[in-house]
This record gives sequence, structure tokens and C-alpha cells, in this order.
Amino acid sequence: MELQVSDLSCARGGVPILEGVNFTVSGGEALFLRGPNGIGKTTLLRTLAGLQPPLAGSVSVPHESLAYAAHADGLKATLTVAENLKFWARIFGTKGIEHALAHFNLTELAERQAQNLSAGQKRRLGLARLLVTGRPIWALDEPTVSLDTDSVALFAQAVQAHLEGGGMALIATHIDLGFEARVLDMSPFKAKTPVYDDFDEAFL
Amino acid sequence: MIALLTRDLILAIRAGGGFGLGLAFFLIVTILVPFGVGPESAILSVIAPGILWVGALLACLLSLDRIFALDFEDGSLDLLATAPIPLEGVVAMKAAAHWVTTGLPLTLAAPVLGTLLHLPVEGYLWMLLSLAIGTPALSMIGTFGAALTVGLKRGGLLMSLLVLPLYVPTLIFGAETVKRALDGLTTATPALMLAGVTLATCALLPFAAAAAIRINLR
Amino acid sequence: MASIWQYANPVKFMQTSAKVLPALSVLTAVTLIVGLVWGFFFTPDDYKQGSTVKIMFIHVPAALMAINAWLMMLVASLIWLVRRHHVSALAARAAAPIGITMTLIALFTGAIWGQPMWGTYWAWDPRLTSFLVLFLFYLGYMALWAAIENPDAAADLTSVLCMVGSVFALLSRYAVNFWNQGLHQGASVSLDKEEHVNDVFFYPLLLCMIGFVLLFVLLVLLRTRTEIRTRRLKTLMARERMT
Repeated sequence: MELQVSDLSCARGGVPILEGVNFTVSGGEALFLRGPNGIGKTTLLRTLAGLQPPLAGSVSVPHESLAYAAHADGLKATLTVAENLKFWARIFGTKGIEHALAHFNLTELAERQAQNLSAGQKRRLGLARLLVTGRPIWALDEPTVSLDTDSVALFAQAVQAHLEGGGMALIATHIDLGFEARVLDMSPFKAKTPVYDDFDEAFL
Repeated sequence: MIALLTRDLILAIRAGGGFGLGLAFFLIVTILVPFGVGPESAILSVIAPGILWVGALLACLLSLDRIFALDFEDGSLDLLATAPIPLEGVVAMKAAAHWVTTGLPLTLAAPVLGTLLHLPVEGYLWMLLSLAIGTPALSMIGTFGAALTVGLKRGGLLMSLLVLPLYVPTLIFGAETVKRALDGLTTATPALMLAGVTLATCALLPFAAAAAIRINLR
Repeated sequence: MASIWQYANPVKFMQTSAKVLPALSVLTAVTLIVGLVWGFFFTPDDYKQGSTVKIMFIHVPAALMAINAWLMMLVASLIWLVRRHHVSALAARAAAPIGITMTLIALFTGAIWGQPMWGTYWAWDPRLTSFLVLFLFYLGYMALWAAIENPDAAADLTSVLCMVGSVFALLSRYAVNFWNQGLHQGASVSLDKEEHVNDVFFYPLLLCMIGFVLLFVLLVLLRTRTEIRTRRLKTLMARERMT
């Protein structure tokens, strides 16, 4: 399996911000997305996940093969850790949450309500959700926010295990995750501001 | 999809107020009306069907903005939109959960509140039935309104403005059913129209609401 | 090959509408003035209604346009959803305030007319009630446009609302009919001879209706031009922030 993105253009709030995005990721490979704030890392990941239509270009895999994880974890405060995970497992039609709990060191917290978790624990639970989706490509937006060094290591292990199983990962991040992967600098894809001679052409 | 329904119901129970608030509001509206129009049972018994229907409608409206707002804020809605279940199904389940937590309790409480308003005996059966038939439409239309305004800052007020005109047919047919029962007329026509509105909204609005959510998440 | 869709290009639309507007303004003014003067001063008083009948020359065309403006919005919304022409979405947005004004004119002139005729300014008659509901639909539609920042999302969502709202408006019309049979006279202009107003009134009324249609088209064109300019300004300002 291979993820091939060709000539993709994306808009945010109706304004084109990325154009001509080209890259390929093959099975077992991870790709770090780097670039200054506002360059469009989140927009790119949301477009790949199917949350917004691209302006142009094509993606070789269906949206259903991506598991998307954003800044918000999608956790319910009054559900326990196990209940939160079980819910997503049922929605994604997979079985068993034990391996996900174990991978992120959450087994002891399984019966605790999500509102009583620390920020880092919540983040780990949000990432554990990726394991129960059963999807081959992970699209992660700043996954390490509020994680301590140990948790970052746990996360890196989980990603590596996922890659060894033939999975792929697209990770928008600023920090070093402690494992090697190709880095994609987003800056060249910034949409050029068209130059207008005539005021009337500014619209469309 | 059943998982979503059960999760929403569990959340409503654990968060507290899920079942209670709408019902308490319904009770207060019904109690306030006699203070406004006076205690004469002759007047109250005439306006009882309308008061109960309008009260149920407003109580429904009260909890609409929570249908998607919480899921939008904590990111669940993004994740549900990328999940393998169709978004139309998500919308339908959300509406169903809203009905179970508001429409159903309101329906069951209406006969009790009917006694406070001197609702004549003939009216009880049809009060219960018309609400049972009509409140699913209120939940579904409300879910559509919530889908249109999800993510807006002052969405709640705007949503009332959008949803209330859409409630007009349901309100008219619902209250008319009870009024006809009180007058000893046949109730088949308005009751069937009410059922028709409910079935049509439940069949078609999930598609419109899912489209609205997709646009709003973009 | 020229097609009608070429006018959906904003630049083309601006050029063409700029050429059409002066002639259209003159034509609208002439039609309306002739129609209203004829209607107000050169028609006999009704044997029953006296001179109050003459309010018809404003009331009926306004009511007609109140409904047709919504229909135009529905068509424009569908064109936007299917073909993604921005001008179409902006024309729908431009028509809403005109439609709501027409609805208000119809309601107020109706109230002034209703007072001497029925002895009341307002009755919960099906037609009156339907117009009140239509007014609420216009309010919601305009509020939704105003509330959403992203212009494309706003166009999409208001189009969805317009479609769903149309179905519910129609449904409300029947529900209201069912709920109260009403005082309002039958249609003023109808193919059915029995209901038809007298010819003496009919021709000036027809002229007034044509005048209102022209006025509506004129205002929609003007307001669409304004909307396009607003969009251009916004786009320019957005680019300014980007660079």
C-alpha cells in the first residue's frame, strides 16, 4: 500500500493556502510535516482525512484508510478511559481495547473517568484511540502536545510498532520524537499570492 | 450506530440534567400560564392543548444547542465525520438520543400537567398520542437547526430563529388533534398529517443535516 | 458559443448589469408611476369598499413579489449548489432583504386595508398568517447569512436552509389553511373569471404588478453588484493579511 499525493491544493476559510503538494509515503514509513505556524499543516491533514474537499489534485487512497487525530481528543469527561475507547472501537467496528491500553500505559487507569485524568494522560488516551481504529494511515496533528518525555517515548514506540506492522504515519510536529523519518518541509507549497493589475479580478 | 445512541444516553444520565432540565422547564411554563391568564377552569381547559404543545416545543428547543456543540468542542464531531459510519446515521442517532432525553419524558409528563390546566377527560389520550407522534419531528428538525449552527459563537439564539418557523406545521397539527378530540370531532386527519410530517422529516432531514455538518467542519 | 452561464462570471456580470441598469431604472420608474397614478386617480371607487380599494395597487403586487422573491432565492440557491456560481449565491443573498420588505409592505397595507373592511387590523386568517410565517423564514435566512464568516460556507448553508425552508413554508401554508378557514377574499388575479377583479381595476393592477417585478429585478441587480463589491473588498483584505 502506498499513499500518493499529487498536485494537491487546499484552502482555509475560502482562501487558497497550499498548492502543488506532492509526496509519497509507502508502507512502514513515517513522514514528518514541518513548517512555520499557519503554513497549512492542519489543513493538509484535514483534507487528507476527508473533512474538507481539496481545491485540486488527487490522493491515491480513500479517506477511510486514514485515522485522524487533532488537537482535541474527542474524549467525554464523564466516561471512563475504557468506555471512551470501547465507544470508538465499536464506531470503527474493531474489537479489543487491551492492546491499546497497554501500549499507552493506561491499563491501571482504565476505570477512571476521563475528567480525572491529567492533560498528558488525556492525550495518551486520545492517541490510544488510533490503535482501536484499525486504520493503516495515521494523520496526526501535533500529537505530543502536553506529553512528558516518558509519554513521548511511549508514543514513539506505538508509532514504530504501527510502522513495523506495515502502517504509515503523517505527523505534523515541531519536536524531535526520537526516531528517524523523512521530513517534508511544507514551505515550498505555500500558495502564491496572485498579482492583480485590475481591482475587478480580485474576486474569483 | 447503536454505540453512539447508548453513549449519548449514558452521557445524558451521568452529566445530570439531561433528562431533568427540559422537563422542569415544561413544568414551570405550565405553572406560569394560569398566573398569567387567571384561574378560571373554563378558560384553562380551552387553552390547555395549545399551552402543553407550546410548552413542549419550547422545552425541546432549550436543549437543542447541546446536540452537536459539545461534540464539536471536544473534537468528537471531527472524529465521527471520519468514522466508517455515515454522517446521516450519526445525525439520526443524535436526534433519537435527543428525543429519548426530552421528547419522551415530555410526552409522559403531559397528562400529569394536563390536570393542572383542567384538560377535559376526552383530551388525555390524544394529548399523549399527539405528543408521542409529534415530538420526534421536533427533535429531528431541531437537530437540523443545530447542524446548521454548529461552531457558531452565538449559535443558540440564531438556532431558535431558524428552528421555530420550521416547527409551525407540527405545532398546528399536534394542537389541532387534541382540540378536535375535545370538541368530539374525528381526529384522524390532523393525527395522520402529524404522523406524515414526522415520518417525512425523519426520512429526509438527516441528509440535509449531515450536509450542513460537512459544510461546517470544512 | 455564448451560453447564459457566461453572466455567472462576476466580471461579465458587472459589465452587463452596468449597461442594463440605466434603461431598466427608467422603464421601472415609468411603469410604476403610470400604473400607480392610473390606479389611484383614474379608477372609480368600489361600490362596497370605497376608495380604500385603491390600496390594492400596492398590496397585491407587494404580496406577489414577497412570494416570488423567495422562489427566486430558491432557484438561485439550487444553481449555486449545482453549478457553484458565486454570482448566483450572492443574488440569493441580495434578494432576501427585498423579499422581506415586500412581505412587510404586504402585511402593513393589508392591515390598513383590513381595518375599514373587516373592522380589525389583524386577523389570524390563513393568508395573513402565512405571510407572517414567510416573514419569519426571511428573518432566519438573513440571520444565517449574517452569522457565518466564510462566504462559501454561508452560501452553502443558506442554500440548504432555503431548500428545507421552502418545503416547510409550503407545508405551513397548508397547515394554516387547515387550522382556520379565513376572511381574506379570493385571489385578485386569477384565470377563474368568477374570482377575478373588474377590468377597470385589472389593467392598472397589471401595470403595477409589472412595475413591481421590474423594481424587484432592478433592486436585485443593484444589491448583487453591492454584494460582489463587498466580496471583492473582503478578498482583497484577506490577501492583505496573508502577505
